[in-house]
Amino acid sequence: MTKDLNLKNGSLTEISPEKGTLGETLRKQGVSRRSFMKFCATTASMMALPPAMIPSIAKALENARRPSVIWLSFQECTGCTESLTRAHTSTVESLIFDSISLDYHHTLQAAAGHGAELAREVAMEENYGNYLLVVDGSIPLDNPGYSTIAGISNLDMLNEAAKGAAAIIAVGTCATYGGIPHANPNPTGAVSVKDIIKDKPIINVPGCPPIPVVITGVLAHFLTFGSLPELDHIGRPKAFYGQSIHDRCYRRPFYDKGQFAETFDDEGAKKGWCLFKLGCKGPTTYNACATTKWNNGTSFPIESGHPCIGCSEPDFWDGGGFYKALSMPTDNLTQTLKYAAAGAVAAGVTVGVMNRSKKNTSNKIHVKTTLEDLEK
Amino acid sequence: MTEIELLSWARGPGLQIATIVFVAGVVIRILEILLLGRKANLAEAKGSEMSNGLRTIVTRTIPDKTTFKRSSVTIVSGYVFHIAMFIPLFFFAPHILFFKDVIGVSWPSLPGAVVDAFAVISIIAMIAVLINRLTNRVMRYLTNFEDLLVWLLTFLPLITGYFAFHRIGLTAPSLLAIHLLSVEVLLIVFPFTKLMHTFTLFLARWYNGAISGYRGVAS
Repeated sequence: MTKDLNLKNGSLTEISPEKGTLGETLRKQGVSRRSFMKFCATTASMMALPPAMIPSIAKALENARRPSVIWLSFQECTGCTESLTRAHTSTVESLIFDSISLDYHHTLQAAAGHGAELAREVAMEENYGNYLLVVDGSIPLDNPGYSTIAGISNLDMLNEAAKGAAAIIAVGTCATYGGIPHANPNPTGAVSVKDIIKDKPIINVPGCPPIPVVITGVLAHFLTFGSLPELDHIGRPKAFYGQSIHDRCYRRPFYDKGQFAETFDDEGAKKGWCLFKLGCKGPTTYNACATTKWNNGTSFPIESGHPCIGCSEPDFWDGGGFYKALSMPTDNLTQTLKYAAAGAVAAGVTVGVMNRSKKNTSNKIHVKTTLEDLEK
Repeated sequence: MTEIELLSWARGPGLQIATIVFVAGVVIRILEILLLGRKANLAEAKGSEMSNGLRTIVTRTIPDKTTFKRSSVTIVSGYVFHIAMFIPLFFFAPHILFFKDVIGVSWPSLPGAVVDAFAVISIIAMIAVLINRLTNRVMRYLTNFEDLLVWLLTFLPLITGYFAFHRIGLTAPSLLAIHLLSVEVLLIVFPFTKLMHTFTLFLARWYNGAISGYRGVAS
């Protein structure tokens, strides 16, 4: 389902023409035409768009005016920002980031105190109805004092910033599904952006942290088409979250053959066999790790010998432990089994005794009927 | 409730509830049967109850010629179903992990393709059993609601397991959750239906053999 934002192509930043186009900025940064086209082609293929779309993407991106982006960080660990900004080398993807007008991001901006908040207010006012709102971190509902920025509760700041946003990108599992703060027993009453904002288009980009290229892909799609990419049933772009880790895992043949690593240092682990028995959540996790990979396509957790922890799924922290296989019960079933059996033996014996006494009583009060009785 | 929450519930509280009902139900019912006792047999024993009983548990596995001729479809499809069903149940790696976690014992698994083949065979056999039950006039006459319910509840874990294995139709967490829930429903109704034959079959066969053993005749 593609959500049309009713935005004309590029209208996002018509309000701030002084910011220049994306093409101009990239050229200034020394990005060659070749690298730029390569990025467009990669984006098109990642988003499962036909190759014929590449020139359109290039043209749209080239002419797109730098959109104003307001980035709000709530109950989070800054891991998402780290992931998105710390590219290994200066890639076109990171330059796309440089090329947006990041008007407010309290971790990255130089301004502090009132100046910082003023930047946010000005950006919101100037670009009302057109800015992109990026949120990482969950929002506490139990007590507004649990997480505040400049004395403003996360809930108030989100509600206020969402009003004028063209769309919201929830980045990371905390913003998308509550994440770690939401984990049992959820002491702050943490919820996701989608739990609060109901009237704006929201793209969920979950992961702990999410893959940087997913963000740039979503951004490129937004700049090219002025609409959100096709989303799945829990708001994730299908192009990146359409397939499970398990289905795209290079270790899948070992799963099919029944060859598993039993421990982290056994022969199976050394041979690179399937990590299902070590708790891999790949079969129930939808993300692009197995294809896009991390650190400039170097590897992903399973390739490094660690099972997938399912970080792009809701409540991944409460799945019964990262090292417990998916087919294992999350609670201690052995103990339940013992207690249930012990209780049942006691109950069974009681029932047995009662049945016997009933039988004995029946035998005792049984009156024999004789032929004479019947003839009476 | 999200699909992951449903899966967590199925792996956690759902499984706990199902296990308690299953274990308590089975143990109480078996104890009730055993503790009921039998009337003292005043006749002189002409052979051993125990050895003949134990022998019958094994010998009754093979149907006699007349019975086989009379209900060959039932017997063949029944055997095919039971044997084919045990392969995925006990030799699929994720299932072995489950048993290992609960009872602490594990054994080697079979490759996915082998498990899959046996699952398909058991599904086909179950369908054959149902068709036979519905088309054979005598069988249809004997069929009651419980028979059909038990068939369905046995069929569901197989078919949902097949769908989960091949990831057909829904997302993987939903498929896995549905599979687990179907198993849990089966475990809960187990002690209260004819599914109890899994355990009582041994008692019944032993008893049949024991009666003949006591009388000193062939069973």
